[in-house]
Amino acid sequence: MNRKDRISHSLHIIRVMIRKELYQIRHDRKMLGVSIVAPVLQVLLLGYAATTDITNSDLVVCDQDCTSESRQFIREFTASGYFIHRYSVNIPAEVDPYIETAQARIALMIPEGFGDDLLAHRTTRVQVVLDGTDANTSTILLNYATQIITSYSQKVLAEYSARIPGGVARVLPEPRIWFNPDLKSANFMVPGVVALVLMLITMTLTSLGIVKEKEIGTMEQLLVTPMKPYQLVIGKLVPFTAIGFLDVIVVLALARFWFGVPMQGSLVVLFSLSALFILTTLGLGLFVSTIARSQQQAMLIAQFFFFMPFMFLSGFAFPIANMPKVIQPFTYLIPLRYFLEIVRAVFLKGAGLAELWPQALALFGLGIAIFSLSVIRFRKTLE
Amino acid sequence: MLKALKPIIVKEFRQIRRDPTSLGMLLVLPAVLIIMVGYALNFDVKHIPLVVFDQSGTAESREYLDNFKHSEYFDYAYEVRSYKEIERLFMHGDAKVALVIPPAFGHDLLAGHETHVQILVDGSDANTAGQAVGYATRITVEFSSALILDAFRRAGRTFSQPIEFEPRVWYNPDLVSSKFLVPGLIGFIIMLTGVISTSMTIVRERERGTMDQIMVSPLRPAQVILGKTLPYMAIALVAATLILILGYFLFAIEIKGSLLVLYAGIVMVILGALGQGVLISTITESQQVAFMISVFSSLLPSFLLSGFIFPVASMPVFLQVLSNIAAVKFFLVIVRGVMLKGVGFEAVWPQFVYLTLFAALTLGISVKRFQKRAQ
Repeated sequence: MNRKDRISHSLHIIRVMIRKELYQIRHDRKMLGVSIVAPVLQVLLLGYAATTDITNSDLVVCDQDCTSESRQFIREFTASGYFIHRYSVNIPAEVDPYIETAQARIALMIPEGFGDDLLAHRTTRVQVVLDGTDANTSTILLNYATQIITSYSQKVLAEYSARIPGGVARVLPEPRIWFNPDLKSANFMVPGVVALVLMLITMTLTSLGIVKEKEIGTMEQLLVTPMKPYQLVIGKLVPFTAIGFLDVIVVLALARFWFGVPMQGSLVVLFSLSALFILTTLGLGLFVSTIARSQQQAMLIAQFFFFMPFMFLSGFAFPIANMPKVIQPFTYLIPLRYFLEIVRAVFLKGAGLAELWPQALALFGLGIAIFSLSVIRFRKTLE
Repeated sequence: MLKALKPIIVKEFRQIRRDPTSLGMLLVLPAVLIIMVGYALNFDVKHIPLVVFDQSGTAESREYLDNFKHSEYFDYAYEVRSYKEIERLFMHGDAKVALVIPPAFGHDLLAGHETHVQILVDGSDANTAGQAVGYATRITVEFSSALILDAFRRAGRTFSQPIEFEPRVWYNPDLVSSKFLVPGLIGFIIMLTGVISTSMTIVRERERGTMDQIMVSPLRPAQVILGKTLPYMAIALVAATLILILGYFLFAIEIKGSLLVLYAGIVMVILGALGQGVLISTITESQQVAFMISVFSSLLPSFLLSGFIFPVASMPVFLQVLSNIAAVKFFLVIVRGVMLKGVGFEAVWPQFVYLTLFAALTLGISVKRFQKRAQ
């Protein structure tokens, strides 16, 4: 056969393989349904649940002073929107049951003489009580409280200083929030969820799809045909890529229209970079399928070696900058890390290739590397 | 009845042993995760990359900026001369916070006037942004207060900060994240192992065609289910114990309460997880689907709705209601209560009731469905 015939023959075999795969997928209605419905459900669920906003925390106040100064101070606390003054008690010990049972997340104790001290320009001391078991929320609440108290303290100081001749210098902070003015954590999390769900689906479909043949035994049947390994791989991956893209469209639509995450950037950029990302996940799925001997094993490997580390270390929920220095280099190997940056930047900042080319390059490089490794392994396992 | 179980249990163990990689993973990787979770994961925001646009360039502005240089919350990374450069750094994600100091900063302070500093924040990461604003505001306010106190001193009056406060933090005074996350990890891993392994092992028999052989044997469906799931109960118990031991040696996480109550809770949640796994296995014929349903009904919900990472109280009400379905949520209340607060059974009996109901329900329905199939 000359070269042209060989290519068209090869394409023909691939087409046959794709047709077989599509036929199998169509036959397994449940799988098709799950491949499309599951991501939708996941995005909906996670989109609502993944929130780091901590607002409207219940506050219990023990005001032993009951002066206009102490009441003003309490109002400052609640004016921030972070706390709701839900309960009041008369003595400090009464605060304990509220914190114990988590009825209130935080307690503010104002001593007797608070107002007098302030008026006499003496230092007074208040107490803030928190349950430390939920360290994350408590840290944030403590920060809010500190912020409110320091600001109020400065305001009081400034009032004293009104009596100083010549005026007193003051520095006033003016915060301005770019890209997400209401600081909705959904705008950060939902794009992240989109990326995560995409990865889960494409990797699962690929790794299981290939291992299934191995497990049932049909892989051997395929191999005795004149089909070459790469044709098998392409034939299997094309349908999964198609499903992956379908999922991209669906979850992006959800993010934009259901959750109202603003889309500042270009869809074209997002789609093309999604393609790069899917390349890496398909490659990873293929890689897993070469290691596992059974579907159960494939799933355990995918889960423990990939899904969980990726979820935790990719910057999806926990900032990478917070991780110990020894771990941070490893995060550069995680494709999801780059795709998260891409999705979030395109949605919220309207970033384009001009800004995201490093991430795109990284994805491309990783994709090629992973794919090559996988295909090499795949060939080896066939021998 | 128990004697009849023995062959199935033995067979299941043998199958597990033939797959040492899977077993290794079920036991070793929880340990790896605990290390990861304990050391690497927290929401505390530190070393936020900062860019400074100092239009004043005086000794006063430099003194102000020094506070940021020495703060562990910020990483004083860039100095620029225009808003455009700030925009570029934000777009690339190289900086998350910018300080813009007006030209008259130094002059205003020396003349005893009020001046402003702009704190620009990349809001796309709402969590970091919110905290960044908080810290930057606080540093600014403290600097400002120091100026005022200085002015008072020069005018002959000494003052200190009008309002001081002391935080009292219960149970975890240093607010160490690991104390919070590690107990949650136990629940997470049990759910994962319990639900996924069980559902797949049963479906695998069905896919291979060996399920029919089991069904024609004199064993009753309940025995089949018990026989197949008990080995995984053992594995899950070992994994949980491993995490407890590691938590103690690596992170000094002690079990303040009763070991008995803790393990009772662990056993109950494992039963529930196994029940869930078996239930899923009765719904589908293919391992692929079984896996996806298991993952989506155990991995993500237990990650999210159980309060393991994200606070449930902050979620929309309908989700909070939904979260009551996730058995892990109740288990976490028990684990955190017993381990970190040392509470006893009296405090967590409602959670135990729920876990028992959940396990009974899932196992019961599964047995019924199995019986139907055997007909």
